[in-house]
Amino acid sequence: MQIPTGTQPGVEGAVLKADVRELDFYYGAFHALKRVSMPIHDHMVTSLIGPSGCGKSTLLRCFNRMHDLYPGNRYAGGGIVLYPDDTNLLAPEVDPIEVRMRISMVFQKPNPFPKSIYENVAYSLRVRGMRNKNELDDRVESALKGAALWSEVSNRLKELGANLSGGQQQRLCIARALASDPEIILFDEPTSALDPIATASIEELIIELKEKVTILIVTHNMQQAARISDFTAYMYLGEMVEFGVTDQLFIKPQKKATEDYITGRFG
Amino acid sequence: MVNAADPNAIRAVRAIIARAKRWDLFFALLGILSLMVGVLTFSVLFLDMAIQGVPRLDLEFFTSFPSRRAANAGILSAWVGTVLVMLVTALAAVPLGVAAGVYLEEYAPKNWITDIIEINISNLAGIPSIVYGLLALGLFVYYFGFGQSILSAGLTLALLILPVIIVATREAIRAIPQSIHEGSYACGATTWQTVRDHILPYSSAGILTGVIIGMARAIGETAPIITIGALTFIAFLPTAPFSGEPPAGLFDWIFAPFTVMPIQMFNWTSRPEAAFTVNAAAAGFVLVFMTLAMNGLAIYVRYRLRKNIKW
Amino acid sequence: MTASAVLPSRPVPSASLGRGVSDRLRKKASRHVKERIIEALLFSAAAFSVFVTVAIVYVLVKESWVFFETVPLSDFLFDTQWTPLFDDAHYGIMVLLSGTLTSSGVALLVAIPLGTVIAIYLSEFAGFKVREIAKPFLELLGGVPTIVYGYFALTFLTPLLQKIYPDLPGFNLLSAGLVMGIMIIPYVASLSEDAMRAVPMALREGSYAMGATRLQTALWVVTPAAISGIASAYILGISRAVGETMILAVAAGMQPNLTFNPTEPGATITSYIVQVALGDLPHGSIGYQTIFAAGLTLLLMTLAFNLLGYWLKKRFREVY
Repeated sequence: MQIPTGTQPGVEGAVLKADVRELDFYYGAFHALKRVSMPIHDHMVTSLIGPSGCGKSTLLRCFNRMHDLYPGNRYAGGGIVLYPDDTNLLAPEVDPIEVRMRISMVFQKPNPFPKSIYENVAYSLRVRGMRNKNELDDRVESALKGAALWSEVSNRLKELGANLSGGQQQRLCIARALASDPEIILFDEPTSALDPIATASIEELIIELKEKVTILIVTHNMQQAARISDFTAYMYLGEMVEFGVTDQLFIKPQKKATEDYITGRFG
Repeated sequence: MVNAADPNAIRAVRAIIARAKRWDLFFALLGILSLMVGVLTFSVLFLDMAIQGVPRLDLEFFTSFPSRRAANAGILSAWVGTVLVMLVTALAAVPLGVAAGVYLEEYAPKNWITDIIEINISNLAGIPSIVYGLLALGLFVYYFGFGQSILSAGLTLALLILPVIIVATREAIRAIPQSIHEGSYACGATTWQTVRDHILPYSSAGILTGVIIGMARAIGETAPIITIGALTFIAFLPTAPFSGEPPAGLFDWIFAPFTVMPIQMFNWTSRPEAAFTVNAAAAGFVLVFMTLAMNGLAIYVRYRLRKNIKW
Repeated sequence: MTASAVLPSRPVPSASLGRGVSDRLRKKASRHVKERIIEALLFSAAAFSVFVTVAIVYVLVKESWVFFETVPLSDFLFDTQWTPLFDDAHYGIMVLLSGTLTSSGVALLVAIPLGTVIAIYLSEFAGFKVREIAKPFLELLGGVPTIVYGYFALTFLTPLLQKIYPDLPGFNLLSAGLVMGIMIIPYVASLSEDAMRAVPMALREGSYAMGATRLQTALWVVTPAAISGIASAYILGISRAVGETMILAVAAGMQPNLTFNPTEPGATITSYIVQVALGDLPHGSIGYQTIFAAGLTLLLMTLAFNLLGYWLKKRFREVY
């Protein structure tokens, strides 16, 4: 796949972690992403906003090749380059499993496996062939701490993940994604199934996490994007309308369409 | 864990992925192999029977009674018996099964009686067929005094396939969207009018599939029919309507002794002479052909149903 | 003050005015009666299934009762011979049970591994096309009459096995059990596959997103999530094996034989019933009653399996 040349970092001194370059994507005959380009900055939170059906989740799911699971989906041009090794994530010769080991994901609805809390977190390590009990214990503990869940579950690691509350389940899924030290974590509307208190704790957690990892988040909630993200991209009908530093995009959007959306005149 | 700057780490991860993928491939092959065990067994079974039996299949085989001499023996009484028994089975099982299915889907209130009926039906489906044979032996043959007749056999098989038809009816009805119910009730229809004018017509193809599958199962059932004491050597046909001794009636044949295809095959299989084994193969071929044709028909009806219906 | 007290009283239509109304009401009432009659008829059809169960239990218990008045229960359970039709009659059900357990054991050793692998393959690996062909084919395999499988075991598989083990007798539990296993594969595979397909896609996506392969997802996430459905598929397989009759009657011989060695001939509970039914035992004789005692044993076994399956389903109901 021919990759167009890349973007420059959006702000001074920032480092790029990944770069989406003129990406086209099809669901069967439906052109879902149209020459989308955007930079992803290292150790920053980037959020994708836009009305439903605009392609923001589709773009997110390109990052760890989730589309490969279903027949009929097609990456039709452009690519996503991951730095520092300049790998095009969407190149056919790149193994989707390797991509997913580097880029993990947290879903809209918490989806803990029907296993114990411990095994849920250990899963992403076992998949990587880790068998050593002590090492697993350490990694599970630090992942649960990283997801701000350790104090609540340290004495009930053997219980089923499904027994936790919704917010705890989502933090368990974050711990699961965190355990294997990924380079990027993708969040697909992670708080849309949660109550406001659980939402607040997840948002706080995401802000903390950018110390360790680059974050890309799809959200239907503009206030959430404004609260937690450093950069924001507004998408509409499969196209990237505007990308910018969050504060600037919300205060002084460059495009009329963006302004209409964020002021609630549309969408 | 994957540190992009460290080529060793990437190499290690790639090795792990490669190993995991080899297991993936191994399992996919194992899966195909397991499916092949089924395909192969069935092909061998069918071909073996066809090679042995098909040369034996001529018109005479279908128009002759069983005989002590293998070369003269045929399946006339067996296939006539099978057709008549199936007729009784269908007449008894279809109305009863469909009615029960309709009741459970459209009428049944949520209470303990309904619970008992539902648990009971799934339990009936798990009872071995030979136990139905024992029930029929005690109830139909001796208690009701139907004797070892076509009626007893037909009713036995009807009981056996009743759960199949009930379950198929319920599934077919459940596939009809709630909006159809609501539309009908909104027009002022009663429950029965809704069932008669909408539910039954729209679910008929699904019910038909279930009925065919049930009948295909009944055709091959041997154990319960042997248990009620069907004879294995019958060299006559049941009396035709109005032809028996007076007062002859339309349904005299239902009390006649009989044999059916699988019993005829069993009888020939258990004889030591090779010539009878050939007869068994020929009868088996006819039997498998009948059940395959019925199952194939059911699959076709279901396929057409899926293709044509748009809610 | 109650609400009705403040409401003004409304004029009630007089009888003469209501002529048409009462006609319509009468029609409604007759409609109502017809509806009730139909409902009652449909209810009796559904309730008939309960009558069938009651009748099965009644017939088996009644005849077995007479049997156990002659034969003490301890003999039935602990005697090591089964010779009800000889002068020196023994009634040790253990003998028939050993045949049933041995042949079922062989069958399950075939059906459970193969059925499970096929289920996982069809649900997690195979494409849409393969599944659309394989599923109906499995149904066909399950629809072949068992007498035909019996014929196949006796005339094809046994001679084939005899080429490998020349000492194998012409009637044996091994050949019958193997073919029975093939017969049961579709039940195990089809029900297990249904259970796996019911596992929500979100769980699979969660696993794939962690970098898992198909097999890891299938074995570590999907199978545990579908375990109760898979267990009830196994239990259905077990009760099919225990209740299977004709394959054993044709291919395993019908001599009662207290053995757990599948290379020997043997009778099972079911094949004994067939053997007696083929003979000419007078109604009411002790020999006639033995088949009901044997049948009651079989019924209790399958009932126990059904209950176990039901319990498993309730106990481990999938929570997604």
